Amino acid sequence: MKLHRWLAGRAAVIGIPYAWLFVFFLLPFLVVARISVSEMKTTTIKDIVEWKDGAIAFSLRFGNYLLLAEDSLYFSTYVASLKYAAVTTLLCLAIGYPFAYFMARARRSLQPALLMLVMLPFWTSFLLRVYAWKALLTEQGLLANAIEAVGLDHLLAALGLIPGPGQLMNTPFSLVLGMTYTYLPFMILPLYSNLAKMDLRLLEAASDLGATAWTAFWKVTVPLSRAGIVAGAMLVFIPCVGEYVIPELLGGPQTQMIGRTLWDEFFSNNDWPMACAVAVTMVLLVIVPVAVFSRYQAEVQERRA
Amino acid sequence: MSRPGFGAAAFNRAFGRGWLLFGFAFLYVPIVFLVVYSFNDSPIANVWRGFTLKWYTALASDRELLAGLALSLKVAFATACASVVLGTLAAFALTRYRRFFGRTLFAGMVAAPLVMPEVIIGLSLLLMLVSLQRATEAWFGVGFPERGMLTIWLGHLLLGMAYATVVVRARLQTLNPQLEEAAMDLGARPWQVFWLITLPMIGQALVSAFLLTFTLSLDDVVLSAFLSGPGSTTMPLVIFSRARLGLNPSVNAVATIIITLVAIGVVAASFVLARNERRRAQEMAAANRKPAT
Repeated sequence: MKLHRWLAGRAAVIGIPYAWLFVFFLLPFLVVARISVSEMKTTTIKDIVEWKDGAIAFSLRFGNYLLLAEDSLYFSTYVASLKYAAVTTLLCLAIGYPFAYFMARARRSLQPALLMLVMLPFWTSFLLRVYAWKALLTEQGLLANAIEAVGLDHLLAALGLIPGPGQLMNTPFSLVLGMTYTYLPFMILPLYSNLAKMDLRLLEAASDLGATAWTAFWKVTVPLSRAGIVAGAMLVFIPCVGEYVIPELLGGPQTQMIGRTLWDEFFSNNDWPMACAVAVTMVLLVIVPVAVFSRYQAEVQERRA
Repeated sequence: MSRPGFGAAAFNRAFGRGWLLFGFAFLYVPIVFLVVYSFNDSPIANVWRGFTLKWYTALASDRELLAGLALSLKVAFATACASVVLGTLAAFALTRYRRFFGRTLFAGMVAAPLVMPEVIIGLSLLLMLVSLQRATEAWFGVGFPERGMLTIWLGHLLLGMAYATVVVRARLQTLNPQLEEAAMDLGARPWQVFWLITLPMIGQALVSAFLLTFTLSLDDVVLSAFLSGPGSTTMPLVIFSRARLGLNPSVNAVATIIITLVAIGVVAASFVLARNERRRAQEMAAANRKPAT
């Protein structure tokens, strides 16, 4: 009786969320995969399996994938998305690592307040914060004026991030700035929780053995925080690749990213199979490899511990 | 430590403080800007011309935005409730049952919406729901579900559930299993253990999960854009379409109101939670002392 109850409880606890995710998360992917190889007739999608003249006819159309592979526009959009996401991830790491490090080494009593200050922007609307950058960076915007006053825009133009001095909005610069800004907390939080847990006696041991603080940082702290770096990088990189709102508001027409391509295929061109093919390619080429990599990293980390 | 070492430590401290200040400035400048410029008496949104409250009074008669807000609040409330329930179940499944059929797939599906680009989640869920609608229309003559509040809710729930699971799971992992075992040994039934022992201990996590999923839903653009139908435009969709066209002072005013409410809510909630945490720590300490005396 007791075992029976326990099994029923177990089945409910596991079964309900499992069934839910299966129906509303996994099944939709299969639908997308199916549509990506189907033909579309005005608004209806042709079945891939048909009963024709007493025989079952399969018709798979790989034309969309061929187009994705052949059309240089799609290809360069993919490459650009990966590039912007990678630069954003590196910038988040460069800003976020020291930030999380100093946060984790701040006075204990201060840390909850610092943590809340990092979380607070995350609670306020992401859309509105991205919009704020638009206002700050357009001509005569506060930040645009400040950047132009110190001549930083000439440097950015020389680096090729903006087309010319004084043009900050709708450039790779504004896009990457917006993405770095939005995803920075996603980098800081895993790094902080990792660094706060670190055993500080290891640093004392390193210093007793003659390591300078700098050497100890690179030889002890950084390798130990690898799991945090991987987790943070994944939380930044993958959503950035498929980002839509930020490129739409801050990127302008020149900085095409794959999330926007999907959106346009679906909403403007009404080409559902193509939008699906873009989605499937994104999942297979970007998300699956990165997820497998991070899982592998986590396993390596576990085995070492 | 020698003198140069002390100098390095002082430099480290100063550098650390500077870096934290720089980071917080980066995070907060846009927010402060939004708030300040919502009081700007100039139709050009980013050129200051003096103080005004006219954008706030204009909001009161902004039908489109108010309708969007009403819908968003409804969806956010429903999303938060359902996310906490499903997220708690998923968190229990993952922490309490080490082995079950397809656990890896389950863990993957729970975590995937956290990183999966929203365009993909929105597109796939919409296409499945459209297929479902067409199938029901062919079989029963009535298409279900119609695109609208229900479908937006389904999409937000997918995202909310993932976040709720993370929050609740983190709390469940720190729980002392002996408390539940003790209750079981004393004859409590599983559901009694849950209501009397487990739930009060994870209550705090449930509140944070609720607040988090509520704000996520209130803020979402991409999923809503895919899943909304005619006549069901959420507030972020209204704001997004205005922001796309250019700068709009009404957006600043909305932003300020939202930011103020969220800041008050989060600060108040964290104070209450911190107080409860302290009280519980004191009670635990008192309980631990008693048997010794």
